Amino acid sequence: MEILLQQIVNGVVLGAVYALVALGYTMVYGILGLINFAHGEVVMVGALTALTAINLLVGSGLPGPVILLIGILAAAPVCLAVGYLMERIAYRPLRNAPRLAPLITAIGVSIILQYLAVLIWGRSYHAYPELLPTAPFDLFGARITPTQILILVLATLTMVGLLLLVHKTRLGRAMRATAENPGIARLMGVDTDRIVSITFMLGSVLGALAGVMVSVNYSIAHYQMGFILGLKAFTAAVLGGIGNLGGAMVGGILLGLIEALGSGYIGDLTGGVFGSNYRDVFAFFVLILVLIFRPSGLLGEKLADRA
Amino acid sequence: MRFPVVVLRFAVLAAFALAGCGKQAGEQATSSSDEVVVKIGVASPLTGPQSHIGQDIKNGALLGAEDINASGLVIAGKKIKFEILAEDDEANPTKATTVAQKLVDAKVVGVVGHFNSGASIPASKIYADAGIPQISPSSTNPKYTQQGYKTTFRVVANDDQQGPVLGRFAVAKLAAKNVAVIDDSTAYGQGLANAFEATVKAAGVNIVAHEHTTDKDTDFAAILTNIKGRNPDLVFFGGIDTQSGPMSKQMKALGIQAKLLGGDGMQTPNFIKLAGDAAEGAMASIPGLPKDKMPGGKAFLDKFKAKFGVDVELFAPMGYDAVFVFADAMKRAGSTDPVKILPEIAKTNFNGVIGPIAFDEKGDLKSGPVTVHVVKGGKWEALETVTPDGDKK
Repeated sequence: MEILLQQIVNGVVLGAVYALVALGYTMVYGILGLINFAHGEVVMVGALTALTAINLLVGSGLPGPVILLIGILAAAPVCLAVGYLMERIAYRPLRNAPRLAPLITAIGVSIILQYLAVLIWGRSYHAYPELLPTAPFDLFGARITPTQILILVLATLTMVGLLLLVHKTRLGRAMRATAENPGIARLMGVDTDRIVSITFMLGSVLGALAGVMVSVNYSIAHYQMGFILGLKAFTAAVLGGIGNLGGAMVGGILLGLIEALGSGYIGDLTGGVFGSNYRDVFAFFVLILVLIFRPSGLLGEKLADRA
Repeated sequence: MRFPVVVLRFAVLAAFALAGCGKQAGEQATSSSDEVVVKIGVASPLTGPQSHIGQDIKNGALLGAEDINASGLVIAGKKIKFEILAEDDEANPTKATTVAQKLVDAKVVGVVGHFNSGASIPASKIYADAGIPQISPSSTNPKYTQQGYKTTFRVVANDDQQGPVLGRFAVAKLAAKNVAVIDDSTAYGQGLANAFEATVKAAGVNIVAHEHTTDKDTDFAAILTNIKGRNPDLVFFGGIDTQSGPMSKQMKALGIQAKLLGGDGMQTPNFIKLAGDAAEGAMASIPGLPKDKMPGGKAFLDKFKAKFGVDVELFAPMGYDAVFVFADAMKRAGSTDPVKILPEIAKTNFNGVIGPIAFDEKGDLKSGPVTVHVVKGGKWEALETVTPDGDKK
């Protein structure tokens, strides 16, 4: 029973990590219909930039959480700039091009960002210092660390914050208008270029936050970390219904749970025929099932909900 | 579908190797004078981030040649003078093949090198084509000696030899009863983990779980939780530090009391950095004896320090012994012709600085010792040395 509870905690935490990254994907997709495959790399740039700042401050005597906050604050503007430049240089010229063109460009941008990171930070795996207390809390026999709780809280807050932004603010209304029909939105006086820029920058800042939290949790950062993370987060976004903010959260947590419970119990359920190495197979199998029966994801991608 | 192509390639290579041997034999036979200079090649990274280790190997070989020359080696009535020809392979596989060709063209009798498995393997083809024996002081990838070349040897234990050794260590020293095994699904990690598992199983140890991850993953919470539910007293990991570091940390967070044991991919300073406090008590092996515990260690270390003014890094004793393997084979062959000394190298059996040196049919070091290290006070410390035959030193 304790083990099952622990697996559920593991799954929810892993899911929150995916959700945090997936929210960035979904933001951009909701407005542009563009899958920004370079988002995982923005997450990586955020993690490594923050690490540089954190390494400068470690040993300065500041308390760990303060250093962490400064790290995030240092990574945010860098990622914001990356997001802006990425949109300006790579995607805007292709706004009216066939859908495949920006997709390929996104993959190109992701490779460029990876190798820029190699130039700056090198290929080695960097250790993230321990900034938050590591003593885990006991939750009816399951254990959860302060970092993991923080990730859960941040993912929830981010989702709620974005929902409020999109549905309750003027900027959000402009975003929804741009999503629904950029042409008409322009006629109504919405500066759609600016809205798209802001969306990218917002998504990238979220990426910075996600990158730092992921790295703190696993205490490791490297130039390739964004790839798998981005792929999983993208899967989570599709699972929940891409473009749908609540869907990113639901999809993320679900994917995390499937992976944790899957790799924890496949071996026993199949009598050892499948092992924990089939964890991703399991996750993608569920994705395929969902897409067969609900092609637009669990929560769907209703236009009004997009952003 | 690749298999036939590979077979074909080996056949062609073998033909080339034979042709090469014949050519070498002819050239060597013509050289004669009172003192014969025999060139021994050394190939290792002499520039770049690994240059300290490459230089170490080169110095070891230089010292070996000096000692042999001082002892007055006479073969077939002629006085032999060893000359070391050192080349820089920059730890780069492409550069390694260039360097190998250069050494072959310079008509070396044998090569000590290379340092990296990634350099030794591509270069070995060129030496094999030319029929020149190659002794690597440090490359541990099993593939190096598994390519079917007669010319590849090494004076260090390979990765496949570590698994069984670690298994015996777990049973004899750690008295493990219930063991959980994790591997990273790579050739190295899986090979190591399976070899370990087979050994401990044979000794009656209960394998409570064998879980798999990948060499890209950093989240092991699910498999570790599963393992926790089965209460092992030891967790073995086949893989490298980038996984075992976070894994060690997550084990601590989940409250797993069992110790973590791994191979040389984990025995790095980086592991301790990544695992933080959780590294304490983790154990991992590296091939070879700790340098001060080698049979000829103390004397060698002093001689080396006196000659070069620096301490031995790691592989200088292996470089030194490799030169002696060549000299020993020449003595028995009564010739300095690579064709004649090659079969004699395979029959090598003598005591070097690193301990007894003999090769198996593939050219791997028989009973290559492996040293298990433990993290103590944030540093790797040698704990115990085990040889593959089971006798401890």
